[in-house]
Amino acid sequence: MSDDQMYREPGEAEVKSRRWGLSLVWLVPLVAVLVGLSMLIQAWHDAGPTVRITFETAGSLAAEKSPVKYRNVVIGEVTSVQLSEDHEKVIVTAQLNREASSFTREDSRYWVVRPRVGTEGISGLDTLLSGDFIAADPGTSEQRSETFKGLESPPPVTYGEPGKRFQLKAQNLGSLDIGSPIYYRKVRVGQVVSYNLDDSGDGVNVAIFVTAPNDRFVTSGTRFWNASGIDVGVSANGVDIDAQSLISVVAGGIAFGSPPGADPPTPVKAGAEFQLFDERETALAPSKGPAQRIRMRFTQSLRGLSEGAAVDFMGKRIGEVTSVSLDYDAQNKTFPVIVDARVYPQLMGRAYDKLLATVDAGSREQEVIPKLFNRFVAQGLRAEARTGNLLTGQLYLALEFYPDAGPATVDANRRPILIPTRPTSLDQLQDQLMALVNKFSEIPLESIAGNMDGSLAELRQTMEQINDDLLPATDGALQGINDTMKNMQQTLASAAETLDPSSPERQRLGLALDEVERMSRSVRELADYLRRHPEALIQGRPEAARGNR
Amino acid sequence: MTPPFAEQLNLRLCHCCRLACPADESAANCPRCGSPLHMRKPNAIARTWALMLAALVFYIPANVLPIMHTDALYRESSTTILGSVVTLWQGGAWDIAAIIFIASVGVPVTKFLVLGLLLITVQRGSLRSRRERTVLYRALELIGYWSMLDVFVAALLVSLVQFGVFGTIEPRLGILFFGLVVVLTMLAAQSFDPRLIWDTEPRNE
Ligand SMILES: [Zn+2]
Repeated sequence: MSDDQMYREPGEAEVKSRRWGLSLVWLVPLVAVLVGLSMLIQAWHDAGPTVRITFETAGSLAAEKSPVKYRNVVIGEVTSVQLSEDHEKVIVTAQLNREASSFTREDSRYWVVRPRVGTEGISGLDTLLSGDFIAADPGTSEQRSETFKGLESPPPVTYGEPGKRFQLKAQNLGSLDIGSPIYYRKVRVGQVVSYNLDDSGDGVNVAIFVTAPNDRFVTSGTRFWNASGIDVGVSANGVDIDAQSLISVVAGGIAFGSPPGADPPTPVKAGAEFQLFDERETALAPSKGPAQRIRMRFTQSLRGLSEGAAVDFMGKRIGEVTSVSLDYDAQNKTFPVIVDARVYPQLMGRAYDKLLATVDAGSREQEVIPKLFNRFVAQGLRAEARTGNLLTGQLYLALEFYPDAGPATVDANRRPILIPTRPTSLDQLQDQLMALVNKFSEIPLESIAGNMDGSLAELRQTMEQINDDLLPATDGALQGINDTMKNMQQTLASAAETLDPSSPERQRLGLALDEVERMSRSVRELADYLRRHPEALIQGRPEAARGNR
Repeated sequence: MTPPFAEQLNLRLCHCCRLACPADESAANCPRCGSPLHMRKPNAIARTWALMLAALVFYIPANVLPIMHTDALYRESSTTILGSVVTLWQGGAWDIAAIIFIASVGVPVTKFLVLGLLLITVQRGSLRSRRERTVLYRALELIGYWSMLDVFVAALLVSLVQFGVFGTIEPRLGILFFGLVVVLTMLAAQSFDPRLIWDTEPRNE
């Protein structure tokens, strides 16, 4: 305001204008400043700590775009991505929110989440769309830090995750890796945390983590087994395919469960040690106790008897064949087959306990079993190779008492124990068949053969579909069945030519044909099922998932 | 020979109905419409300063805070005005980027500078290039509307683009401050009395 103006205007106007001007108009910028200040204070109040994290590579982290997340909640933002001075690392600076101050604990962990196909499955797919982000895990330490070394892969177990760690002792690592899943009834409940060679060098210690609340299923009776791979089994019920998820087939996995009828489980503490079995069967088998080696000497061919074949005692499996080898008898110029087997007498169950009581208690434990077996042999115990599976022609060894068997000499000091054998009933059957073939010259069985041709043609068709559509693993198994069926067709056809329609053999053959027909139907059903549910190959059959198979 | 001022003729112009009233103390109100009569817009310089400073204060959060939050296909982002200009420029839409830049940065900054210049020269009683300064003032009034562009763009986007499943756009606090800046600068320009530019002449004579 110039002097002239003051001169011109009377004082009254000046007083008026000043009062209004100062009291009202200047309120506007004052309010603006107050609002600005309050926002500044708010921002300062909200600002949390700044952390510097070093990574090997920055991925697609970008300043002011990539968030820092914990449990998928944004707790901060990357403010800059820079190379370290020696150009060997990437230094990511992140501004955390105020409430995320616990993420500056010295043992906090940071890692970059990006799409990964790893042993733990496919993860971080959403980052394909949203870009990489940094995941954080608060530590527990009292010390604070501002610089962190970022992890190159996500930690298998995040801090504070409830659950328990357990130690598994395995023969070898197999396809397991850190992050391999742990399954309980085919539900994923944990993962492999770490592994290392045993100090003795004859095993691998695998540490696993089972998350709560599923860790309560790990009890004193729990058995762990390697769940990788597809298990195709042919049983009396048809073809059974058991597999965990595809991931475990590819990347390995561990499953656990309890054998049926186990003692009431008692909870175990974290860090408990378990054995890792190679397969489910052995893992869930009842406790075997000490093994006893036995040897048998057969005079006939034992095609179909393989290592691992069952050894039954009175119909109960008590062991398995360990080796099948040929011997030469120079005296008789024959080639006897020597079968070595391992038996676990404790598998006899209650009988074993009672038998033990009958044996001289004074003798050493190692000597008790041979004594028992020697006594059995004297009572007529004989080993016999039997057909376990008509389709595959697999044999198993049966130990049974034949009171009419001739006396056997027992060499009580011989190890392994030698069990005398009997010619297999398969041989007898063959002899009988040969006799029949000689006896009956010519039998027309067109209708049966036609019927069978039809079903076999259908079977072949199904086989072709399976061959074309499905995995080679099942392919192989079913091809084997196909071959067997063909063989059987030939055998039966030749038998059909020779049998009398009215004879009992002819009826038996009819039954066998029915059996084959049923078989082909179940193969067809399986094929149908697989065509409708190809995922069964990957997930296993839902029935199998429900039951404790 | 310059034409006489209203003051020299002892007249005051009604702000409302433009009636030329006698400038004596008896007539404080317009005899025709009853509006208060002033020689000039009352307290113009202080009001303009106050409103302009308030606008300047709000101009900071308007640029620093995000104006929009887009959440589309997992990608969440908050956009500041300058950030969106940079993004558009990098994306090749340099024409749109230029328009937004002019509307949101060029226009307000020009307003601040022009208003500041006018206020200072008037207060100093400068006699230099008064015609040009008047032209500047007219230009100021003219461009005032165009700085609303950003607010309109944001409001339009927010109301039109609701992707639903794919994403949403939400307004953020920055746009409020930007609107305040626009309103305050317009008020400031309005409360300035361009006649003040010419007021110095007679007294210097
Ligand atoms: Zn009037």
